[in-house]
Amino acid sequence: MSKFTSTFKSIKWKKYINYIAIAIVTIVLGALSMGGALPQSTLYLLEKIAISIILAVSLSLVVGFLGELSLGHAGFMCVGAYLGGKISAVIASTALGNGIVTLIISLIVGGICAGACGFIVGLPALRLKGDYLAIVTLAFGEIVKVIFQNSSEKSFGGPIGLPTPRFDKQYLFIVAFLVVLLTLAVIQNLIKSKHGRAITAIRDNEIAARATGINVTKYKLMGFIIAAVFAGFAGVLFSYSQNNVSSATFDYNYSIEILVMVVLGGMGSINGSIISATLITFLNVQLQNVLKGDLAVLKDLIYALILIVLVIYNNAPALKGFREKYNLRNLWHKIFKPKHDPAKVRDDAARWDVVPTKIAMDEVLSTDIVIDNVGDNSADIGERGGNK
Amino acid sequence: MDFLITLVNGLSLGGIYAMIALGYTMVYGIAKMLNFAHGDIIMVGGYTILLFLPINPVLAIVAAIVFCVIVGIVVEKCAYKPLRGSSPLAVLITAIGVSTLLQSLAQVLFGSAPKQQMVDLGALKIGELSIGYSTIITLVCSIAVMVALNLFVKYTKTGRAMVAVSEDKGAAQLMGINVNFIIMITFAIGSALAALAGLFYFLKIQTMTTTFGALPGIKAFTAAVIGGIGSIPGAMVGGLLLGVIECIAQSIPALSPYTDAIEFSILIIILLVKPTGLLGKKRREKV
Repeated sequence: MSKFTSTFKSIKWKKYINYIAIAIVTIVLGALSMGGALPQSTLYLLEKIAISIILAVSLSLVVGFLGELSLGHAGFMCVGAYLGGKISAVIASTALGNGIVTLIISLIVGGICAGACGFIVGLPALRLKGDYLAIVTLAFGEIVKVIFQNSSEKSFGGPIGLPTPRFDKQYLFIVAFLVVLLTLAVIQNLIKSKHGRAITAIRDNEIAARATGINVTKYKLMGFIIAAVFAGFAGVLFSYSQNNVSSATFDYNYSIEILVMVVLGGMGSINGSIISATLITFLNVQLQNVLKGDLAVLKDLIYALILIVLVIYNNAPALKGFREKYNLRNLWHKIFKPKHDPAKVRDDAARWDVVPTKIAMDEVLSTDIVIDNVGDNSADIGERGGNK
Repeated sequence: MDFLITLVNGLSLGGIYAMIALGYTMVYGIAKMLNFAHGDIIMVGGYTILLFLPINPVLAIVAAIVFCVIVGIVVEKCAYKPLRGSSPLAVLITAIGVSTLLQSLAQVLFGSAPKQQMVDLGALKIGELSIGYSTIITLVCSIAVMVALNLFVKYTKTGRAMVAVSEDKGAAQLMGINVNFIIMITFAIGSALAALAGLFYFLKIQTMTTTFGALPGIKAFTAAVIGGIGSIPGAMVGGLLLGVIECIAQSIPALSPYTDAIEFSILIIILLVKPTGLLGKKRREKV
């Protein structure tokens, strides 16, 4: 018994808190759903939330950890939705019928097809950077949309959309949450592993990462493919949750919505992505019922404002002091752990540029030039080399 | 003969794309950011023209240019200036936010129903050929604007300051150039061009919606990247090329549904072969 308690204590529960939270939610809601206590609208909301979490977590691997902006995440989802939906329709007409096996097979097929697309999009990523890559991913999303829109009616339904087979609504969201757990298991473990550290090293400085012997090609492709596979899973689940898959759904704005979830949650934070995906999807579905017609756009207006204000607050160089002073994490520590105030603990080694070990260049070149911080080229002379 | 008409139409559409692409490319060259909201400035221009058109066409054009310039400068001051010096990703995401903001504001103000306004300027007939006057005006005006812009950049003090800022911001500042002012001017010129492009695009499709600027915006962005973003001649070449490709693809029945896909595929192929675009300069990166 004592052995059990010691193993119980040695597990770092904080590491697994998101798995546990999602698992508990799944079990509780699953039990309620089997008892028939959940209305149709709640089931739909839960499916939507699970799909959003998968999308946000997988995009956060590319945007938050690999540091590449992808504007075509809905395109991968589109591939998964169409191919997975088609396969399940084909299988459903055979002896297997419309069961869990069909769902699993279509998930796998949708994931693999989206992953293959991720590989294709990842290839230009090796040669292109930042803004150029963003436009290529955007172009990919548009190409996928156009191709499915113009497909013949027999293959993928064309402009009308692809009719999808049904799966028991009471259980679909449980499958969706199991996929969420799988997503978390894969991506979170990847990030905490050696590979994950290589991926974040590429984000922080690609040339330096290459110089230390990290295989940039491999890790970039890896990031894109894994993100695409999970977007494909989300697409298959999406096709199951809707009556009809239409390519117009997967437009540029949908990709942006996923990006907003990642940014609001905090780039480089998986738990943040989960929370913001849940919140945004919940608000989206609830606001859809309240705001009708032209007023529906107020939702987008508010999101856009929140996005702008939040990004400026988090990134503006002028607000740096303010941010450090009124940081949520610092405040938390001040209230609950007054002895460990991280704001007061300063690692001097990390701020070598303010430690007066070398001759202060500003004093040597004592001219009256005042340089605004306009861009990365114009940093202080004393800081040059330190900020890149 | 049909091909000639397709070519003229393509060049005219390309002129519109080139004008928008110039806005993208100048802002990229000087502020080192992708202004995703540029397409929506076109939409702002389009709605302004629609509002003032019943009063006086000339007034409508002037009002559109003035209003777009104001919106462009306000967006730059409020959304992009505080982020100068931070990561490019942050600026890009803010630009996306501004784009959504402008679109939803327009929808709140004007509703989502498309507004139509027929403007028929007649057509020029040479033998069997028939080309709309609006097409010709678009082509002539866009070429005039491009020539004027080139002269402005080459021979005026402000224009040369713009080139200097795009080459090395820090050095330009040390030489006494007011970088913030130059960036503001760049946004103003880009927005004025977007207003003109909005006018010509409106003459072409004659329907106003809140996503009016989205498609030409993305296409022009593609054009700017094809030509090499940051390069002014590149934006012109890329825009004209893309316009001609679009019109040729649309004139072939088998290809016409896939026009957008073809254009974006060409973009990807060009970037794979030449990652900085056709006329872009290669940048050395330091660690």
